[in-house]
Amino acid sequence: MAVQDAPRSTELSGMTVAQARPAAGKSARRLPVQKDWPSVAIIATQILILAAVIGGWEVAARAGWLDAFFWSQPSAIWKTLIIFFTEGDAWDDIWFTFRSTILGFIIGTTAGSVLGLSFWWSRNYAAVLQPYIICFESMPKLALAPLIILVFGLGVTSKVVIAIALTIVVSTLTTYAGVKALDADGEKLFYSLGASRWQVFRKLVVPFCLPWIISVLRVNIGLALTGAIVGEFISSQHGLGRTIFYAGSTYEIALVWVAVFVLSTLAVIMYAVVSWLENVLRKGTRQ
Amino acid sequence: MASPTKLRLDDVSMAFATPAGPFQALAHVSLAVPAGRFISLIGPSGCGKSTIFNIVAGLLEPTEGRVMIDGEDATGTIGRVGYMLQKDLLLPWRTVLDNVILGMEIQGKPLREARERALPLLRKYGLSGFEYLYPNSLSGGMRQRAALLRTLLFDTDVILLDEPFGALDAQTKAHMQEWLMQLWSDFQKTVVFVTHDVEEAVFLSDEIHVMGTRPGRILEGMPIPLPRPRERSVTLSPEFVAIKERCLTLLTAAAPKLEEAA
Repeated sequence: MAVQDAPRSTELSGMTVAQARPAAGKSARRLPVQKDWPSVAIIATQILILAAVIGGWEVAARAGWLDAFFWSQPSAIWKTLIIFFTEGDAWDDIWFTFRSTILGFIIGTTAGSVLGLSFWWSRNYAAVLQPYIICFESMPKLALAPLIILVFGLGVTSKVVIAIALTIVVSTLTTYAGVKALDADGEKLFYSLGASRWQVFRKLVVPFCLPWIISVLRVNIGLALTGAIVGEFISSQHGLGRTIFYAGSTYEIALVWVAVFVLSTLAVIMYAVVSWLENVLRKGTRQ
Repeated sequence: MASPTKLRLDDVSMAFATPAGPFQALAHVSLAVPAGRFISLIGPSGCGKSTIFNIVAGLLEPTEGRVMIDGEDATGTIGRVGYMLQKDLLLPWRTVLDNVILGMEIQGKPLREARERALPLLRKYGLSGFEYLYPNSLSGGMRQRAALLRTLLFDTDVILLDEPFGALDAQTKAHMQEWLMQLWSDFQKTVVFVTHDVEEAVFLSDEIHVMGTRPGRILEGMPIPLPRPRERSVTLSPEFVAIKERCLTLLTAAAPKLEEAA
């Protein structure tokens, strides 16, 4: 098209550039080129933005543009952070939240994957159970949290159960999606070799579904943390979630920020570990 | 060639229940394959070639008739024959070597023993250097080789090959046919081969059975008296061309029926 249009367009435009390159035509569009910054420049900019936000916040609070009572200010947050770690029971709280998250994550993901895989064994069983699973999936599980606290108490168990409730459905449905994606010919091959159902399950179904199971890990670690925190919000004696809730209700805004900051750090670490685990497992499955 | 009958289909019929009533996929198919023979089934799509294979492999129970292997009733029993499906179905999470030993592994052979047995064969039959690679780094031809070796290493006398070279380009295909001939004469297996490619069928087989549709049935069986080993040039000989023409005539005679019905 462009080649055919070329002569007409040179006539019309009459520009030197167009004459020099008749084939380019009047609508010659270049591939957009984006120049990459050196990584030093990227990091420097990132630090600059962070410093600007913190500095701006501090200045605004001191100048009275921001109400420091509601928003607190970086210098006060820093002081509280030091007190939190030196005088408070920071590590107890971190450990409490970490433990319920990890337990909920492991139990929820494992149980969900096993449940999802189990649907391969019987189509009837899968068909019977499916509406219940979908119901449970669409229900806002956090709405059950007060009930779970009542039943399982104020301790770590109730937080773990909430984390399980959030993670198990995602794992179940994703694993089941893997089971459904299984090629019938693969099973045919195994059976033609005289395989038992158990052999097909172990050597075909499980490794085939592994990428699906793995793909949920990162989502689930976030969900498990959410579950644990909400559990602590409602009622708890320990944990970062309790700290946030407690500090909020007593207007210790600096402490809220500290706990949120610590919580985010914890989340980032867990997320990084799970991402690493995911990569290792994925390499193992070659997919 | 007075070898005993290895595989026999006795008046096998297959009907599937569909919403529109029963569908007759196969009607009274009888076939006797002597041990060590290479036979091909050709026919238009929908003639029930794959159904025959599924029945022989024990994956489908025929509505009528029996499958006999070595004179024993093998109807509906699995693990009696090696079956290579159209797709190579190599497991992406296993190395080529571990894919090839799948049959032995399922039969309960210790992994080490199975690998020891498979390694020299991989090397002998053109997969040397690929043993520890994963299937996703193999070309189409190499994948078919691995799938075929997997079928052969599953120690059964009868091998069913469902269009193994259907997806390959012409050159690779010719290459693979010669490779298959080599394997067949080394392993002494009884082979039933399904293909759409008449020339391929004539070149490879001792016997060809042309099938028709609606219902799927065997129209005519013919021996291929060409001497072995066969060179590629045999495809130009008058006998070869005559057999090919006979097959094509039968196939085209079977084809219009399909259009009428549709």
